[in-house]
Amino acid sequence: MQVSQTTVDPAEVAKFEAMAAEWWDPAGKFKPLHMLNPCRLDYITSQIAGEFDRDLTAPKPFEGLRLLDIGCGGGLLSEPMARLGATVVGADAAAGNLPVARIHAEQSGLDIDYRHTTAEDMAAAGERFDVVLNMEVVEHVADPLSYLTACHDLLEPGGLQLCSTINRNPKSYAMAIFGAEVVMRWLPRGTHDWSKFITPDELYDLMRQAGLDPVDRKGFVFNPISWAWSLSDRDLSVNYVTASLRPA
Amino acid sequence: MDNPEDGRILRHMMVEHDILIVGGGLNGPALALALAQAGHSVCVIDALNEKVRKNAAFDGRSYALALASQRLLAAIGVWDKVADKAQPMLEIKVTDGHAGDGPSPFFMHFDHAEIEEGPMGYLVEDRHLRRAFLDTMAEVDGITQLDGKTVVAQTVNQGGVTVTLDDGTTLTGKVLVGCDGRRSGTAERAGIKRTGWAYGQTALVCAIAHDLPHHGIAHQFFMPPGPLAILPLTGNRSSIVWSERTDVAEQINALDDQAYLQVLRPRFGDFLGEIRLEGQRFTYPLDLTIANSFVADRLALVGDAAHGMHPIAGQGLNAGLRDVGALAETLVLAARRGEDIGSQLVLERYQQWRRFDTATLAMATDVFNRLFSNDNPLLRLGRDIGMGVVGAVPRLRRNFVREAAGLTGDLPKLLQGRPI
Repeated sequence: MQVSQTTVDPAEVAKFEAMAAEWWDPAGKFKPLHMLNPCRLDYITSQIAGEFDRDLTAPKPFEGLRLLDIGCGGGLLSEPMARLGATVVGADAAAGNLPVARIHAEQSGLDIDYRHTTAEDMAAAGERFDVVLNMEVVEHVADPLSYLTACHDLLEPGGLQLCSTINRNPKSYAMAIFGAEVVMRWLPRGTHDWSKFITPDELYDLMRQAGLDPVDRKGFVFNPISWAWSLSDRDLSVNYVTASLRPA
Repeated sequence: MDNPEDGRILRHMMVEHDILIVGGGLNGPALALALAQAGHSVCVIDALNEKVRKNAAFDGRSYALALASQRLLAAIGVWDKVADKAQPMLEIKVTDGHAGDGPSPFFMHFDHAEIEEGPMGYLVEDRHLRRAFLDTMAEVDGITQLDGKTVVAQTVNQGGVTVTLDDGTTLTGKVLVGCDGRRSGTAERAGIKRTGWAYGQTALVCAIAHDLPHHGIAHQFFMPPGPLAILPLTGNRSSIVWSERTDVAEQINALDDQAYLQVLRPRFGDFLGEIRLEGQRFTYPLDLTIANSFVADRLALVGDAAHGMHPIAGQGLNAGLRDVGALAETLVLAARRGEDIGSQLVLERYQQWRRFDTATLAMATDVFNRLFSNDNPLLRLGRDIGMGVVGAVPRLRRNFVREAAGLTGDLPKLLQGRPI
């Protein structure tokens, strides 16, 4: 597929292709993402349930919702969403991720439409979704505003975007780059470029410029004692997540 | 079901469930109920025929359910069916006894009045509990019971786990749970090794009827050969758990009922009046066996399959129900997030939750037993002082009561009586 008129940085795409096969190894290179996943899912599921009035204790609560997972990677978020009943499209600009994601979904008995494409191309093609998951992507794109505008265009009026990224300050540098990449070797060195990190206020501004209404933000906080992540109302100093709506 | 037609249809058919549970004793049904009530489809496989399991007469076996366990049973709808057959445990008296000497002046007395939650626990006969589980399971949607069937093979693949029964039936699920006791075949087939040791002691268990009322008081006497527990059953009856060196226990067990009672009587004196045996007598060799891992690929172990422990403090079933509460909560919350409930990441959370707690309890029980089953005068003095201190300090005593009621630690929601 032709990837045209895009904000994807080719050097970034090549980096993830090299890692594709490791996506589903919980002890492998994506261990930090697997560890973060329950916390991310708690936020995503509660926000979707709240916005679309769904009962999370019911079977397949997201039935009837069309959801796009941008930067789906190996499918770490696409699969849970499909299990909860959503009709899922997983999009990734790195072609190497898609065979991994497709094989894994098939083995898990899940029907997910994985596509090698970008947010911009899908928006141009007139695709529309109730929910857009935009998790840990915005810090990897070349032009965040044009990217968020594409995300806005992909939403139905009243649709919900969930967007997480990394804050830019000395602590996030220490934690995300020095801590996670250099010391713990959780992530391969060079995964992140600190200058691309965005503060929560900057992200809110960008979303408003893109036509989105920011409605909520929370921090993902790692507790080294319990060795687990949790959501925080106050501490958005490193990893954080936001919810925004396309006005109806 | 005895209908041969049904048998033929089931044979060689793939039956899909979310969770497969091997073992229909007490932990298996408790887990099945908790999961089915949260909307999961569950299959419980047991080697025994249902009629055999359901229509037992009183055989002398009973359980001391901690308050937390009782709350779990209430949360899953079982308690209502046994409540009128349960004896509340209102007080616990612990005495450092010495056969022939009578109790030492140092003893601990725990009264439920010291905590606000109610009685510390309840005594329930095994037969009532089993029947209540079977009846409740029959009322709940989403539970398939396969009785009189044995698992002969289990294989794990990326999407799920497949189990083959002795009649050729194949079942698939996302997770397989072994509730099949301390010689768990489920654990063995998964290649999980066990660590354990024997104590050279055997527990003698029986029920007695007595002339005088017990007033809901449980007694624990620590004597050199091993501890003796008297646990109040309904009416003027009590359950006795008594341990001895294995060779002595075998001799005692070989005696006829009258001679057996002659050995038992002097050990706890005459405060309950004349005593008679009720039901059968049982012996259980005391050993500790812990699975080296509580989880494997798409597999989790619960209760004795994970940790067969010394029944000195009656903690076996209570620990098992804690596993049930923790595993049910882990799986249900994971499913609500859309996670694969059989994935290593999810099952590892259950292991982390339970393994430390279990190891601590097993070791504490072991140390407790070694400390108290000893006639070394220094140790005896030490424990008497320890008991005196605990007995004299209200805060310490309250902590003991809460511990005995199972109200300490990181308690799963069901054990707090709350839905998941």
